[in-house]
Amino acid sequence: MNNHAIATTAGADSKLAAPTRLSLTWYRLKKKLRTPTPYLMVLGLTLWMVTWWLFSEVWKLPRFEKMPGPVVLLKDWLASEPFYGISFFTEIYYEHIWISTRRILIAFAIATGLGVPLGLFMGWSKKFKDYAFPILETLRPIPILAWVPLAILMFKGFEAPVIFLATLASLYVTTLNTLLGVESIDESYFRAAGCLGSKPRHVFFHIVVPGALPFIFTGLQISVGVAWFSLVAAEMVSGDYGLGYLIMQSYVNSVTVPLVIGMVTLGFVGWFTSALVRRAGNLMMQWRVRALALEGR
Amino acid sequence: MVSVGEISRPIAVARSRRSFLRRVLGRQEFWRGLLAIIVFLVLWEIGSRSKEWFGYTLPYVGLLPPPSDVAVAWSDVLMKWGYWESWYQSFRRVLTGFIAAQIIGIPFGLMLAVNRYFRDIFFPPFEVLRPIPPLAWVPASLIFWPTNEMSIAFVTFLGAFFTIVINVLGGARTIDVRYLRAAQSMGASQWDLFWRIVLPGTLPSIFTGAAVGMGITWEVVVAAEMISGGGTQGGGGLGFFIWNSYIGGSLPQIVVGMISIGIAGYLSSTVIRMIGHRAMPWRHLF
Amino acid sequence: MTQQAAAKMQDMSAQVHTARTTKGALSIRNVTKIYDPEGVNILAVDSCSMEVAPGEFCMIVGPSGCGKTTLLNAIAGFHSITSGEIFLDRKLLCGPGKPTAAQGADRIVVFQNGALFPWKTLAQNVAYGPMVQGVLSKRDALDKAHEMLAEAGLGEFGGKYPGEVSSGMARRAEIVRALINNPKVLLLDEPYRAMDGLTKSIMHEALLEVYDRTKVTIFFITHDLEEAIFLGDRVYVLTTRPCRLKKVVNVDIPRPRNYEVLSSEQFRLLVEETNDAVHEEAIKAFRLGERELA
Repeated sequence: MNNHAIATTAGADSKLAAPTRLSLTWYRLKKKLRTPTPYLMVLGLTLWMVTWWLFSEVWKLPRFEKMPGPVVLLKDWLASEPFYGISFFTEIYYEHIWISTRRILIAFAIATGLGVPLGLFMGWSKKFKDYAFPILETLRPIPILAWVPLAILMFKGFEAPVIFLATLASLYVTTLNTLLGVESIDESYFRAAGCLGSKPRHVFFHIVVPGALPFIFTGLQISVGVAWFSLVAAEMVSGDYGLGYLIMQSYVNSVTVPLVIGMVTLGFVGWFTSALVRRAGNLMMQWRVRALALEGR
Repeated sequence: MVSVGEISRPIAVARSRRSFLRRVLGRQEFWRGLLAIIVFLVLWEIGSRSKEWFGYTLPYVGLLPPPSDVAVAWSDVLMKWGYWESWYQSFRRVLTGFIAAQIIGIPFGLMLAVNRYFRDIFFPPFEVLRPIPPLAWVPASLIFWPTNEMSIAFVTFLGAFFTIVINVLGGARTIDVRYLRAAQSMGASQWDLFWRIVLPGTLPSIFTGAAVGMGITWEVVVAAEMISGGGTQGGGGLGFFIWNSYIGGSLPQIVVGMISIGIAGYLSSTVIRMIGHRAMPWRHLF
Repeated sequence: MTQQAAAKMQDMSAQVHTARTTKGALSIRNVTKIYDPEGVNILAVDSCSMEVAPGEFCMIVGPSGCGKTTLLNAIAGFHSITSGEIFLDRKLLCGPGKPTAAQGADRIVVFQNGALFPWKTLAQNVAYGPMVQGVLSKRDALDKAHEMLAEAGLGEFGGKYPGEVSSGMARRAEIVRALINNPKVLLLDEPYRAMDGLTKSIMHEALLEVYDRTKVTIFFITHDLEEAIFLGDRVYVLTTRPCRLKKVVNVDIPRPRNYEVLSSEQFRLLVEETNDAVHEEAIKAFRLGERELA
């Protein structure tokens, strides 16, 4: 960022060009490689893998021997004809991933579609908040999984209860964070808008919505995580497909390799969906990205 | 000449001691909230009795047990020892996992924040494991640990552990570097810096992490109880209570269980908030 | 830009020049404000009166927490008043029966910590007023915004976000955002408080240039006595909380003013005169240990 500042202030005589995106990335990478950080990272991960391997495969320590080590795991995961039936080459692996992901997408879409307007409206109208907030806060302490029996009673089939649970979990988070977002907007912005002759609808669309966006996106990231949490639990309790089901079935059939593959995949997909939301947020909030960049973040 | 501004001070002190109860009841928000909840209960009652009263079952709501039945079931169950034992079991599990997570997690988080080499080595494995939902660990945990109880404790621990570490890490890193520099210029040693600046400065995040972690712990305990069938020791806990009620077909009891857990979770979070309030007087004195 | 829009803008500029000197007279009469947070009475303003002539550059000085911002908030319509009246061009803004003034584009505030909308570019911020009032279409408003920003020396920054420009530039843009609406009164609440001396002097010159061009009534709150004398026509010194008008200092230095004024004899004498009045009040406020009323 320093280069950029120098380039703009140095005036017409400057021969320093602001680095373009590719060379900037390369520069940052080189700089990073000179610090001990990336090497320590590799060290940490390797240490972990090696310890795991030693404990479960080489030394076969009492409890650890029951778990598959990294070598066994990778052998199956990467094999075209895996012994336990799950690998990058089997179709069923992707089916499980897709089914879980699809449920998350539906739950997330419904929760966001309901939660964001709800939160915005609660922030906008004190009256509405006074009525709606207590109901929300009374229901929220009830853990999502405690809803499983009621969900099974209310919704027919299997997909609906599972999606309901994930949606409910996401809904709480999204609504609350949106509400917080609206309430976090500095009073001065509302006053400035008032001075400039805004009507209420202008304030809503030009101040409230953009002002709450940072909190909304933080909430959305958390809500994706929470949706996965609830989905997996629901799939484990009563399932037919999906990563949670895969894990549970592997447990029931005492095959640990697919179990761990399922867990690791879950971790990855969860992280990936969260990162997607964060990216979307950055795209929509250019003003923040640019301001933070100038601060060196 | 004494200005009006000065006279108003003693009056100010006396009036702010208006009783807490009067202040709560005097607020519009309280009455509106109460009204909303009453309307909610009434609608629920009507909806769930739709079959009896109108001969037509409303979708979703119509299949739920009515609040009046729930109240009756609750008063029945309050007398039974098993109910209170479930409370005890769940609380026991929650506290074990939660406290273990704090004891291990807070120092771990602080180390990550304070020592750069420690963070570079141990943070990556932590971050790789973090996205895996705690409940996904249940089967692995059941295989690994000898008893059901230990498996549940482990999973509970995991849920709260990841949360508290992330919160501590975030909190410690946002401590204004000027506080550290001010202390150093006054002759503080590394030890002093840690105990007098970093630790108090991280306290708010520790309590936030604890409150959120508590919520997650309850979720995990309930789920684990439902999945693993209640454990081998005595009563099964509130999660098992709910599952059992479902299997046994006593629907109102399901709701009793749900509300009970809600109350238990709310109480736990409140206790944490109160402790936090006490531990951080600087946050609310003005 | 269309013919109609160009004509409209010509019109508006013309209005500025002719109507300017007959509009923007503020009359504050015996205004009292009592705050009541949690049942505790705080008397913030106590029968304060002042008359501001149209086109006057008036400065309000007083110790911290004395209630100056409360007055500004009352004029702008952010707070109510407990008693008294405020008139703008002989029309009642607030008074008995109407404790809170309506917020409007005739009295625009420039805020202490800046209130440019962070999610809009400078140009979009400036264009906001005319756009929501329906005076100009979005396209025309943006064009006019770019034009006015260029006039203020911020031409190349129209497309930047407030987070990307310095606070000085942001503050100037905020003033442009206010002026594009041809307000009768510009209310400034210690706008340059957080700036260093060098930036401040540039801001002063920019503001003086704007004032000389538009002759809008300015109601400027500040702590800085030199700023007050340098910029203003009249300086109203207020007492510690609860505030009353203590003294009015007339600044007879001719316009246009530049930094050479700062070293003149007349300037020094005026600063001394004002300082004597303010200093007493400042000591009182310090003893009371007041926290500022926001």
